[in-house]
Amino acid sequence: MAEQEQTRRTTTSTTESQDVDAPPADRESSEQLKAELDDILDQIDQVLEENAEDFVRNYVQKGGE
Amino acid sequence: MAVSKVLGIETEYGISTGRPGDDPIVMSTLLVNAFASKLAHHIRWDFDAESPGADARGRVQPGSLAPMIETHLANAVLTNGARFYVDHAHPEYSSPEVSTPLEAVRYDRAGEEVLRHAMADVARSYPDAPPIVVFKNNSDAKGNSYGTHENYLIARDLSFGDVIAAMVPHLVSRQVYCGAGKLGAETTSFDGPPQFQISQRAEFFEAVVGLETTLKRPIINTRDEPHADATRFRRLHVIIGDANMSEVATFLKVGTTALLLAMLEDDGLIEAIELADPVRAVRTISADPSLNATVELADGRTLTALEIQEILLGQAARYVERGGGEAIGDPSQVVEILRRWEGSLHGLATDSPSMSATIDWVAKKRVLEAFGDRHRLSMGDPKLRAMDLQYHDLRPERSIASRVGLEKLVNQNDVDRAVTEPPRGTRAYFRGSCLAKFPREVVTANWDSLVFDLGTDPLRRVPMMDPLRGTADHTEQLLGSVRSAQELLARIES
Repeated sequence: MAEQEQTRRTTTSTTESQDVDAPPADRESSEQLKAELDDILDQIDQVLEENAEDFVRNYVQKGGE
Repeated sequence: MAVSKVLGIETEYGISTGRPGDDPIVMSTLLVNAFASKLAHHIRWDFDAESPGADARGRVQPGSLAPMIETHLANAVLTNGARFYVDHAHPEYSSPEVSTPLEAVRYDRAGEEVLRHAMADVARSYPDAPPIVVFKNNSDAKGNSYGTHENYLIARDLSFGDVIAAMVPHLVSRQVYCGAGKLGAETTSFDGPPQFQISQRAEFFEAVVGLETTLKRPIINTRDEPHADATRFRRLHVIIGDANMSEVATFLKVGTTALLLAMLEDDGLIEAIELADPVRAVRTISADPSLNATVELADGRTLTALEIQEILLGQAARYVERGGGEAIGDPSQVVEILRRWEGSLHGLATDSPSMSATIDWVAKKRVLEAFGDRHRLSMGDPKLRAMDLQYHDLRPERSIASRVGLEKLVNQNDVDRAVTEPPRGTRAYFRGSCLAKFPREVVTANWDSLVFDLGTDPLRRVPMMDPLRGTADHTEQLLGSVRSAQELLARIES
């Protein structure tokens, strides 16, 4: 893998902006994943119970089955 | 020859008003009655055929009887063929019998909708009381667990010893793709309490085989109550599973288990994996989200949960290559079970966070860690514990599971239809259709019979001892052509 990256870098030496650490597709998908996760966390910030401590403490169930 | 894998999932839901003093039996009763009172006619459950104390091992042990269901509590049969009732201190939805794993997913999701409707109905009836909130989970994080049980139709002539040998390694290790995940531990069964567990239920299991479901819970439950012709059928009652929010996890949970049972019926026991200490293995696997932990086999070898599952997957794939799997009811679903099973094991082995769209514990762990990082919270922080609980919250405005990007297998219209329409491939079709068409004449119902009151003579019981008769293929035309319950019974009896 490292060897392939080396080869590509020399043959495309004019396009300096290429990131050699990760292929562009991977980098995009990892950025996309991070953006998706950030969006999920924003939503959780919105819907999480305001009084988390009481919410958790007062959730007491009897055993079942 | 494998018996068609008729399936069903029973879920006891968690409930809370946020006021610890509120009586859970009252809350459960309000939920069930609020929903049931909307039905054309409230049809009661018939307890004559219930025998939860019967033991598959053929003997009933003194002191080991499962508690009888409280018969005075709210109890309804729905037009989709399900039973919705109060079991102990929880509202329970027992799905109708279905004929494929994907139908099991659809009717499990319909159960969530039933509970959502019930929550809204109670809120409308008691606008001044704090709303009752329903959770699809299996523990309160304080040491109390309640169940999600699966049911599989199996052949009576199958040796129960073989069922135990084949199922124990599967039920111990399948949590890697169908565990619902939770923070911390709530029993004293760990030397060092884990920060996060794969399964909600794992630490509550204390025996390998047994009849109980509430105390000393066993990995293999021996309740022998087939709700069908007992000379031909058994119902394997699996009590070790977690309730899943992920549809794919539910599909895999019942799909893999049904396929392995069909393989056992067709081919007998091949190369059973005998664990040295199954109860300990369930906990060891649950306590290790890295999935590197090994469990010991009786022959001294050690395997990870993923390695056990790889062996079972290999056996199942070869069984399907040989032409097996017909009992699952749909060849394309068999292909899908194998594809997703393999994909899940591969994904978990190489990059477990990549499975966050299908595996509940992975999805939950990912957002807990990311949220903790964003707000610099320790793993014990109440906010994270609230997230753990809210993952299972059925209120659309509070649900976290619906916001984490879980993949869907069933579209919402099909789920909504399943709230009122019965599945077409089992006797649940006849049960549900009769309730919808003759709500005044059907006075009681249970899994294997309907009782009609025609206003004359004694009550008339229609037995349904074969779960595969009374399907749409068998009865749709008949039900469409009769104008009264009298005519239906006359045609059935002619």
